[in-house]
Amino acid sequence: MSQATLRVQKMSGHAGSVPGDDAQREFTVCKLIDTTTCIGCKACEVACMEWNDLPFGETVFDNTYQTMPETRWNYWNLILFNEHEKEDGSLMWLMRKNQCMHCAEPGCLAACPADGAIVQYTNGIVDFQQANCIGCGYCITGCPFDIPKMNPKTNRVFKCTLCADRVSEGLEPACIKSCPTGCLHFGSKEDMKDLAEKRAKQLRDDYNFPQAGVYDPAGVGGTGVVYVLHDATRPELYGGLPSNPSIPWSVKLWKGPLKWLGNVAMVGGLIGLFVHYLRFGPKSREDEDIHPRGENP
Amino acid sequence: MNHSDQILSHGRILRYEFHERLTHWIAAGSYIYLMLTGLAFYSPWCFWIAALLGGGQVSRMLHPWAGLIFTGAILKMFSMWSAQMYPTGADKAWWDSIGHYIRNEDDQMPAAGRYNAGQKLLFWGFIICGVLLLLSGAILWFPEYVPWNLRFLRYLAVLIHPSAALLTIGLFLIHIYMSVFAERGAFGSIIRGDVSLAFAKRYHPGWYEEITGQPASPKK
Ligand code: HEM
Ligand code: SF4
Ligand code: SF4
Repeated sequence: MSQATLRVQKMSGHAGSVPGDDAQREFTVCKLIDTTTCIGCKACEVACMEWNDLPFGETVFDNTYQTMPETRWNYWNLILFNEHEKEDGSLMWLMRKNQCMHCAEPGCLAACPADGAIVQYTNGIVDFQQANCIGCGYCITGCPFDIPKMNPKTNRVFKCTLCADRVSEGLEPACIKSCPTGCLHFGSKEDMKDLAEKRAKQLRDDYNFPQAGVYDPAGVGGTGVVYVLHDATRPELYGGLPSNPSIPWSVKLWKGPLKWLGNVAMVGGLIGLFVHYLRFGPKSREDEDIHPRGENP
Repeated sequence: MNHSDQILSHGRILRYEFHERLTHWIAAGSYIYLMLTGLAFYSPWCFWIAALLGGGQVSRMLHPWAGLIFTGAILKMFSMWSAQMYPTGADKAWWDSIGHYIRNEDDQMPAAGRYNAGQKLLFWGFIICGVLLLLSGAILWFPEYVPWNLRFLRYLAVLIHPSAALLTIGLFLIHIYMSVFAERGAFGSIIRGDVSLAFAKRYHPGWYEEITGQPASPKK
């Protein structure tokens, strides 16, 4: 949405070099979400709507806390409520704040064909530039987390910006500011990873969560949003968090070998036809009724 | 139309009636638009084409609609021409002599009918790829309505659509080359509808014999 003082290091659908690539030494920012201390109060949802001027959406009531089933083009931050039955039969909440993960290797950006519709700033934030978006929805196919959502009226795609506008001014994202339990933290990737590992260790050692761990999936080069999970071996429990996300193989094939094969074949074909004409010429000089060659019909 | 009607008063043979020519140009016009806008989305190095054609948003909006027009024209072609396009024994012999055809040694080619084996390949290639483009294109048109657990459909579509498009682009380039540059007189047949007797005899001797009832001239 906003570039403000940010510099761009990766750009979708772009031929040539990228303005901010390699231009600046800046640390990667990161949001840490400790699911073990989230109480599902939805303060972060409200803060997100307030700061980004998003309208209140219709809610559904199906006798659960999940009053909105998934994020929308104008609802970027959603708590997913998962009731989990433990081995001893007792229940516990696994609540997860869901939003764009700000992947280091974003599938949305890899898939996007429009010049500069998706950018990654040097601080790691992945941001959609709606002015350049053509509404093809390729990003929806490229994202392993089901995050980009289409505005059906304008045919442009929206998602969480990690408050790039606030961050570029030295502020923390709105959701961080609103969290009453302190389960949200914001800082450099290094610091957040450190904090997350410490918390996971605490959960393992002191709180009887032997599987506790940090979710920072390597398949997408790590993410700009990391989770602390009570059970890091089964992230699917947290509302379908993929255990090993990566850019879909078909998207990689499509944007890689298929593209090269196609380009070589098209240019080679054109050259081949031209050379054929130089070597063999036309099959006949002109329509032969006018200038008969050989036998007359 | 029976055969004697196909021999026109000025000594030429009618090859394409008006509705056939019109269908061809609806297909060609929509195809060229689809190819250009498609290439713009295919590669960042071609994105400037979208700018020339009214911008990325406009190209994205119109490409699928042009696809529907193209599909309509392809279906009409199927109903008009498919009967003449089924492979025959002569086509096998034609492919076996493809080297002569490439070296313009047409007098050493087995006699082709109204369509030679290469033209039949072009026809079926476009029909089959047309169906694939329509099916995958429909998914690309509305990716946001494909449910998450059916996302493999989207993964397939992004591979099938450009692959089928590239195959047709290959056929398309050869088609233009043959009909505009190599076989002089072919282009006129899809514009004005008729070809000379010499053209028919040279490139489609089987068809010539069928229409005129006379043997095509002995080979030199
Ligand atoms: C038959 C009906 C067709 C439909 C419904 C359709 C629809 C689509 C859609 C929705 C897209 C995504 C981007 C966009 O909307 O522009 C697309 C991309 C594309 N289309 Fe089509 N299309 C059709 C036929 C064709 C044909 C005949 C060609 C011939 C060259 C073609 C070539 C392409 C290419 C090259 C792309 C880009 C693929 C990529 O990004 O790698 N399409 N098409
Ligand atoms: S819909 Fe997504 S992939 Fe397509 S141009 Fe917009 S941001 Fe890029
Ligand atoms: S979570 Fe999806 S939308 Fe967000 S950066 Fe990763 S691929 Fe892009």
